[in-house]
Amino acid sequence: MKKALLVVWLMMVSMAFTAPRAAAQGGTINLNAAGATFPYPIYSKWFDVYHTAHPNLQINYQSIGSGGGIRQLQAGTVDFGASDVPVTDEQLAQFKVKVLHFPTVLGAVVPTYNIAGVSGELNFTQKALAGIYLGTITKWNDSEIAKANPGVNLPNTDIVVIHRSEGSGTSFIWTDFLAKVSDDWKNKVGKAAASVNWPVGLGGKGNEGVTGLVKQTPNAIGYIELIYAVQNNIPYGKVQNAAGKFVKADLAGVTAAAAADAKNIPDDFRVSITNAAGPTVYPIASFTWLLIPAQIQDAAKRDAIKDFLKWMLTDGQNYNEGLSYAQLPKAVVARETKAISLIQ
Amino acid sequence: MSAAATTIAHEVPPQAGPRAFLHRLRRGDEIAHLITLTFAAAILLITSLLVYELWINSHLSRTHFGWAFFWTKVWDPNFDNFGAAPFIYGTLVTSVLALLLAVPLGLASAIFLSELAPRNVSDTISFLIDLLASVPSVIYGLLGIFIVVPLMRTTFGPLLIHTVGNLPYVGALFRGPNYGVGFLTAGIVLAIMVVPFIISVSREVLLTVPREQREAAMALGATRWESTWQVVVPWARTGIMGSVFLALARALGETMAVTMVIGNAAVINTSLLAPGDTIASTIANQFTEATGDLYLSALIELGLVLFLITFILNGLARILIVATERGGGRPA
Repeated sequence: MKKALLVVWLMMVSMAFTAPRAAAQGGTINLNAAGATFPYPIYSKWFDVYHTAHPNLQINYQSIGSGGGIRQLQAGTVDFGASDVPVTDEQLAQFKVKVLHFPTVLGAVVPTYNIAGVSGELNFTQKALAGIYLGTITKWNDSEIAKANPGVNLPNTDIVVIHRSEGSGTSFIWTDFLAKVSDDWKNKVGKAAASVNWPVGLGGKGNEGVTGLVKQTPNAIGYIELIYAVQNNIPYGKVQNAAGKFVKADLAGVTAAAAADAKNIPDDFRVSITNAAGPTVYPIASFTWLLIPAQIQDAAKRDAIKDFLKWMLTDGQNYNEGLSYAQLPKAVVARETKAISLIQ
Repeated sequence: MSAAATTIAHEVPPQAGPRAFLHRLRRGDEIAHLITLTFAAAILLITSLLVYELWINSHLSRTHFGWAFFWTKVWDPNFDNFGAAPFIYGTLVTSVLALLLAVPLGLASAIFLSELAPRNVSDTISFLIDLLASVPSVIYGLLGIFIVVPLMRTTFGPLLIHTVGNLPYVGALFRGPNYGVGFLTAGIVLAIMVVPFIISVSREVLLTVPREQREAAMALGATRWESTWQVVVPWARTGIMGSVFLALARALGETMAVTMVIGNAAVINTSLLAPGDTIASTIANQFTEATGDLYLSALIELGLVLFLITFILNGLARILIVATERGGGRPA
C-alpha cells in the first residue's frame, strides 16, 4: 500500500515538473536518424549542442552503418539517414520520395605500416598501393616502393596486407581511390565498395582491429581513418596525389581536396573526391552525407531539419577540427545552403 | 484418509470443505498445464517464425544461386556473386578443432572434480568455472588477440610448421605463411570458451551417478580408475554428450571472439594456420553495410545455412545418443 502511494506521488511530482515545460515550448519534436558510424562522434556532438540551444528538438541518432541508414530511410522508419557512401541510382529508384544528399564533414584514409628497421615516413606511389592490395607487389623492397623512398633500407620480406573485416565507409574510400588509380583493380576487384572480395590479406575489425594487427604483425600494412591515426598518435605514410606530389594527410589537405573539386560537384552532391587535382590535395578523402527526404509532410519536423542544416553548415562546422574532422570548403557550404530550399 | 474420502463423495452440494479444496487444486493443475503449454508452444512458434523469416527473406538469393550457393567458393559483393563454401568450411573446421581440444580437457577436469577431488575443492573450482562460462565473448576475443595470436605467431606456429609440417599428409595442415591469426587460433579461443560448459555440465551429471554403482564395481575388485572409467562415465555418457553438444552449439554460433582472431578471409585453405572466416562472423561483419538486395538476401541465406548445420548436427547427436543407449551400459 505504501509502495503504491509512493509510485502515485512520484508520478505526480514528475508530471508537475515536465508538463509546464512542454506546454511552454509548444511540444517537443523528436527526430530519429540512423546511419554511418564514421561521422558519429561529430554528429552526436552537433545533436547535443543543438539540443542545448533548442531544448524542444531531440535528435536520436543510431550509428548502425551506412547500409543500414539507407535501408531504414527507404523503409521510412527514420526521419533522415546518414551515409559514408553516396546512394546509387539503383537504390534511389527504390525510394518512394526523392532523397537529397547533404555533405557534412570530410574524412580521409591513411596507410599505416610496421616494418622492422624502418622508422621514417614512407612515400607510397599510387601504383604501389594498388599493387600491394592486389597482391602483385609482395615484397617491401619491390622497385615500385623503393624508387619513391630513396635512402630507406627496405627489407626483402613479404608484405602482410591488412584490410577491414566488416563492411565500412573507410574501405569504400580506400577502394574508391584504388579503383580510380588502377585499371587492374577496377577490372579485377571492381568499383568502390564498402565490402570487398579482397585479393589478398587479413581482415581486422574496425580501425582498432586493423591498427592492432598492423602493430602486432611484422611487415604489415593497413589503412585507417585519419582521425583515428591522429587521436591515437599512429604514424602513417605519405601518398602520391594526381599532381605527382607525395602528401601527408592533414585536415587542411583534406579540405583542399574538396575545394579543388568544388566546381565539379554535381547538384545532388553525390561525388567522389578521391585523387582530385591540385598539388596540395591529399588524394584519399571523401565527404560523408546526411540523407534528407525532399518532401517532409510534418511541417514542424521539416522546419526543424532545415534549421538544423543551416546551423550545421555555419556554426556547426566550428566543432569539426576539435574532433579531427576536416571542414567543408566555403564553396560547398554556399551551394548546400541553397539546396536546403529544395526540402519541402 | 479413506474415511474422509467417503464423506467427500457423499457431501452435496460441494460448496466448502475438503471437496472444494480438491476442486481448487484440480483447477490449479489445469491453469499450470495451460501456462506451461503456452510457453512451450511459444518456443516452437519462435523457432518456426525464425525459419520462416530466414526462408522468405533469402528468396532472392535462393532462386538466383540455387544449390550452387553451398559449393561456390567466391564471396564477391562488388560483382553480386555469392557462395557459402568458405564460410561453411570455416565454421565446421573451427568448431571441430574447438571440440577436439575442449572435450578431452573438459572431460578429464570433470572426472577429477567429481570423482577424485575433495568435495570442498571441487565446489570452489566449479564455482569459478561457472564464472568463466558467463564471461562475454569479446573478452575472450581480446584474450585471443593479445595472448593467443602473438604466441601462435612467434612460438607455436613456427614449431608446428617445423615439426608436424614436415610429415606426409598431416603436414599439409600446418603449412606457412603463419600470421598468428587463422583457423587454429580461432579453434583454440573457441575451445577456451566452451570448456567451462563441458566441465560444468559433465561434473553435475557425474555427481548424479548413484553411489551403489561405484560400490558395486569396487566390490567386484575394480580399482578406483576402473570403476570411474568403466562404470561411472558410461552411466553418465548421455549427459556428457549433452554437454559436448551444448559446447558445439556455442562454437558454431560464436561471432565476436572468432572474428577477432580468424583473419576474416573468404578462402578455403587446407592449412590450419591460414586465415579463414565463419558464417556467424561474416553475417556480423557485413550485415550493416549490405546495401544491395541480393547481397542482403545472400547474408540471410547464410543464416539459414547456419541453422541447417546446427539442425543436422543436433539430429546426429540425438541419433548417437539413442544408438549408444541401445547398447546398454558396459559390464564393469
